[in-house]
Amino acid sequence: MSTQFEAVIGMEVHAELLTATKIFCGCPAEFGGDPNTHTCPVCLGMPGVLPVLNRRVLEFAVKTGLALNCRIPEVSKFDRKNYFYPDLPKAYQISQFDQPICEQGWLEIQVGEGTKRIGITRAHMEEDAGKLVHQGAAGLAGSTHSLVDLNRAGVPLLEIVSEPDIRTAEEAKLYVQELRNILVYLGVNDGRLEQGSLRADANVSIRPVGTEAFGTKTEIKNMNSFRAIERAIEYEIARQIEATESGERIVQETRLWNEERQATISMRTKEGSSDYRYFPDPDLIPLQISRELVAEMKATLPELPAAKRQRYQEALALSAYDAGVLAADKDVALFFDAAVTAYPANAKAVGNWLMGDISAYMNTEKTTLTALPLTPAHLAEMVRMIDEDVISGKIAKTLLKEMLKSGESPRVLVEKLGLSQVSDTGAIVKAIQEVLGAHPSQVADYHAGKTKVVGYLVGQVMRATQGRAKPDAVNSLLVSELDKQKV
Amino acid sequence: MALHELTAHELQARLAAGELSARELTDAFTQRLDSVEPRVQAYLTQTRERAVAQAAAIDERRARGEALGPLAGIPLAIKDNLCTEGIRTTCASRMLENFVPVYESTVTSRLQAAGMVTLGKANMDEFAMGSSTENSAYQQTRNPWNLDTVPGGSSGGSAAAVAGGLATLALGTDTGGSVRQPASFCGVVGMKPTYGLVSRYGVVAFASSLDQVGPLSRDVRDNALLLSAIAGHDPLDSTSIPQPAKDYTQALGRGVKGLRIGVITELTGEGIAPEVREAVSAAVKTLEGLGASVDVVSLPSSKAALSTYYIVATAEASSNLARYDGVRYGIRAEGPSDLMDQYLRTRAHFGAEVKRRIMLGTYTLAAGYFDAYYKKALQARTLIKRDYEAAFERFDVLVSPTSPTTAFKLGEKTSDPIAMYLADIATIPVNLAGVPALSLPCGFDAHGLPIGLQLIGKPLSEETLYQVAYAYEQATQHHRQRPGLN
Repeated sequence: MSTQFEAVIGMEVHAELLTATKIFCGCPAEFGGDPNTHTCPVCLGMPGVLPVLNRRVLEFAVKTGLALNCRIPEVSKFDRKNYFYPDLPKAYQISQFDQPICEQGWLEIQVGEGTKRIGITRAHMEEDAGKLVHQGAAGLAGSTHSLVDLNRAGVPLLEIVSEPDIRTAEEAKLYVQELRNILVYLGVNDGRLEQGSLRADANVSIRPVGTEAFGTKTEIKNMNSFRAIERAIEYEIARQIEATESGERIVQETRLWNEERQATISMRTKEGSSDYRYFPDPDLIPLQISRELVAEMKATLPELPAAKRQRYQEALALSAYDAGVLAADKDVALFFDAAVTAYPANAKAVGNWLMGDISAYMNTEKTTLTALPLTPAHLAEMVRMIDEDVISGKIAKTLLKEMLKSGESPRVLVEKLGLSQVSDTGAIVKAIQEVLGAHPSQVADYHAGKTKVVGYLVGQVMRATQGRAKPDAVNSLLVSELDKQKV
Repeated sequence: MALHELTAHELQARLAAGELSARELTDAFTQRLDSVEPRVQAYLTQTRERAVAQAAAIDERRARGEALGPLAGIPLAIKDNLCTEGIRTTCASRMLENFVPVYESTVTSRLQAAGMVTLGKANMDEFAMGSSTENSAYQQTRNPWNLDTVPGGSSGGSAAAVAGGLATLALGTDTGGSVRQPASFCGVVGMKPTYGLVSRYGVVAFASSLDQVGPLSRDVRDNALLLSAIAGHDPLDSTSIPQPAKDYTQALGRGVKGLRIGVITELTGEGIAPEVREAVSAAVKTLEGLGASVDVVSLPSSKAALSTYYIVATAEASSNLARYDGVRYGIRAEGPSDLMDQYLRTRAHFGAEVKRRIMLGTYTLAAGYFDAYYKKALQARTLIKRDYEAAFERFDVLVSPTSPTTAFKLGEKTSDPIAMYLADIATIPVNLAGVPALSLPCGFDAHGLPIGLQLIGKPLSEETLYQVAYAYEQATQHHRQRPGLN
């Protein structure tokens, strides 16, 4: 019988922190800009310059650590990671080696109907490097020379390292999604994998099911979407199993996910044994993390996705799936929360409108919730109007489109467009009588026992009332009118 | 005395009284540079035009009746590892031959604000690595007291400029004795302040946890004046102590009565030249005579200081000097075949001593050696620090020679790095402990070469050191001696 393998996966996520300025100088940290315009002597690594830690970076790191259930030590320090590369101005990266700012945390992912806890080994602060722009070819290979752009050098990063607790490509994707959502909720990262402000690398190995020892791992880089994460790891697990089964040895190496070929490709660089000669950076004194700062950061933590999901299920009686969808996106969740606060009686309907018509509208219009003129209070009001029979669900669809375009209140729009539900029996009966008068053959059919025509006649009445009549009222009144004629 | 022989406070009295203009003073120094600098070679770059403009500006401000500080109009030499905007800053290295900083160091910008007149950038050992200024890639600075001897190092150009009347004051940097040892060799006063008292922003780093900028001067009062102008917190330096600047001349004249002075036993015996030993013990007697109480003190861990220093300092240097890769500034090898070729050929421009220290430091940080060397050295450093803490429970000031010998002959020790390293045996432990220390003249040897007395204090006790040094200076005449260069 052939051996069954399982994958052992750990993730390393680099998150660019959303500070206004860089980690050790006052240069803007924002993406873009003409090459080398967001630079100063400090981030250019000029002789004699010194780093001064941006306090916001520390705050963001502590905040993230708390959200990831990490321990925040009393003392943390910066170290130098020494290596030569043209995009690294000082020839060392200021990072954290053995005393990171966050240790031993976890986050929970939803797998199927259950949850799984993934350990966080550590999270540490560091500076980003610049980038090389290769000339004469698409990449380094074949290029004649390279230009250096140091705009990104010194942009603050938080590197978050997971325990090897992940077993499938799907879990890996869910882990990064959950982590991304937490970071976005905290406002410390913009969550854009495609743009590279959030970068996820995977360490993947396989081992026979039931064994404890780790196999040789490979590091997978260049996964720029959630889909890529899942596909790349799936591919890599299959590759390793196939190689192992055919008697090959897995080589410890870095592999790049190639989107076109849908495969991981070995970087084939002679890494040798890279020795970074870490040592404490003498330009930065060890950080004493006061418990006041930790408490202060704890107080600023918003309700996080996991807590929201739980609340949506327990307090609002939503399904696990709906709770997951609503909580996944910070903007949607905050909108939902505000709407439910405004009209607590029917959270499920509020959620359905958000996940249904509103979400569809955003997709076709390629816009975002925050860019729409629709307010949570107006959505809440619309749901209330349905529940109070002021409008029908069908009318509401039309009404919502107007609300999404104009941002006006549903009450005003209903008035303006004359969309309110006709519940005046007299008016409905009058419409019914007109319809019956205009459709003698259908009336005859009905009296001949073909009761199916009722549906058709209801439709005609609805049309005559421009959909404003309450359908079940129309139905019963119509039947009673027809029966009256029979006598 | 001629203008070039006077102290800053003597010159300031004349400037303030209107007997002398800053412009006249600057002219006197440029003439002095013409006649003497070719023999001493203290400067790598002279900034005469800028000096004249600065002096003229001071004279104008004085004419307008502006209140000027005690250093306004005083000629200054700046060690060439302090970044000066628009003025070439080479660190005496081929690597930075063409490097013109785009920013000003905190210390030099403070001295500009104080109205000092910069005469130029002083020679040094390449990247401040050395004890004789013989490691300069450009020229050999000579000791004004005897042109066949070294001025000490690494701030040899700064010390020689002050001793030779080529500047009234100078800035040096001291990582293991680089202000005090040349001060001792050149018969001037040199202070290594408490680590963190003076900003390192704009000081081209050698060993970041040890580097401190320090003043060089002809007497103690001048030294206190210059330190007062450069000290004080700088938000651009995370290791800068958060306390404001103060006037260090306030302590002068308080005397030494009741102060407890400890003579370091490890630095008064073997390995110290007899004439140096005698001069130091005579100085101690003088202080005792002035009312200080004297006893001996042992610093047992200081025997590990030299090896500790050459691990910590070289480890930091190997990292600090990695940025000279030819990518952004400085020398870049022409037409490299690939990136590695560019690195190798560019970095070949470092001098032999710098290469030696980079290799040493790279080795001690390497995986597998880190625990045995770097980590051990940090432990030894803690022990050395504790020795001082224990000694300062019993004493206010510790005393030793600044250097085991007087200035040695040019070329005498260049072939023997260890012998050269031993020249810093008395000064290195002070940097490792981070405490302040000052060297001042305490006599001359049989060849007429100056001998330096080192006073070591508790952290942030610069005032006490000046107080003791001033009392000694007032009781003696050594600081009035000038080399006979004419």
